[in-house]
Amino acid sequence: MAAIDDGGQVGTRRSALARGIAVALGVPGLILFASAAGFGALARDAGLSLGNANLMMATLFALPAQVVMVDQLARGGSLLGAALAVTLIGVRLLPMTAVLVPYLGGPRGGRLGKVIAVHAIAITAWMEGFRRLPAIAEPLRLPHFLGIGAGLILASLAGTTAGFAAAGVVPPAFAAALLFLTPIYFMLSLIETAGGAGDWLAIAIGAALGPLAFLFAPGFDLLLTGVVGGTAAYLLGRRWRGMWRLDGHDDTVRDDLRDGR
Amino acid sequence: MSALGDGWTTAALIVVMALVAHEPWRWVGLWVGRDLDIDGEAFRWVRAVATAMVAGLVMRLLVFPAGALADVPAALRLGAFAAGLAVYAAAGRSLAAGVAGGSVALVAARLAFA
Repeated sequence: MAAIDDGGQVGTRRSALARGIAVALGVPGLILFASAAGFGALARDAGLSLGNANLMMATLFALPAQVVMVDQLARGGSLLGAALAVTLIGVRLLPMTAVLVPYLGGPRGGRLGKVIAVHAIAITAWMEGFRRLPAIAEPLRLPHFLGIGAGLILASLAGTTAGFAAAGVVPPAFAAALLFLTPIYFMLSLIETAGGAGDWLAIAIGAALGPLAFLFAPGFDLLLTGVVGGTAAYLLGRRWRGMWRLDGHDDTVRDDLRDGR
Repeated sequence: MSALGDGWTTAALIVVMALVAHEPWRWVGLWVGRDLDIDGEAFRWVRAVATAMVAGLVMRLLVFPAGALADVPAALRLGAFAAGLAVYAAAGRSLAAGVAGGSVALVAARLAFA
């Protein structure tokens, strides 16, 4: 409605950027704020300064890698061990980035803009990109996603600072709820963006395989879950799509026969 | 000996770690994704891999949690998770309602039983 009333004024790159930043003020921004607060408290426990906790939040911008790095180094592990753990846990960013790139404004989009934009790819921004970008005009997608990324990074820095300051004074039930926000939000977002048999199978198989892989191959669990579970979901989904097509065909034939008699 | 601490050495370590061990995955993803056709089979497979990874991470965070969430019994964690999914569906696929419903269920269960 608004887009029509304003005679196209709403569809500018600047307003797409602003609406992206505004995402940080909604549910995703709040949840990232809370998750980052958990990281801020953890970083303080591990002996990191507030400045370095925020530096880690801004440069890695993916909580699993940050938690692994803090954990490894705080326990006195080697730098090489920490680098290996961060590398392994970062692999998931590859397929996540790859599937979002086609939505970042086509081949004409600015290369530098995309290199900056993909820095924001961690689960929250990826989810929001996947939810919002397909419904937006192609030239506005990159500025919109840059806005989402900038807003979410700011929200995460605010959260880190708040968590660092509040470490140890939050009641346990509330602290547990903060850590619970991330899994429930991720799962609901996956369900919301699921668009076919392959997606539903990937959610179900990944959810079943994740904890098992963690038990038997900690460190390699996400890689294993993604490649084995994702491939199985893809293959089953492809067969399923074929069956639906066949079923539809059979129904038509059956209806035709019934009509004929 | 902890490699963490205050100061510029740690700051430099963080930046190097991010640039060498972490950020390159995003750049490789950008390179892999540049020619990916949204309607193609390759895209479907990569999407399934990414989705399965995230679903696996969700269940790991829930089944093997860290910190304060580990003090909540597994049955209550999974029950609150199921409650969140149910509220999401009942509220007409509302993300905010589902997240809020699940969290309220967790706090209530934690205060009542744990």
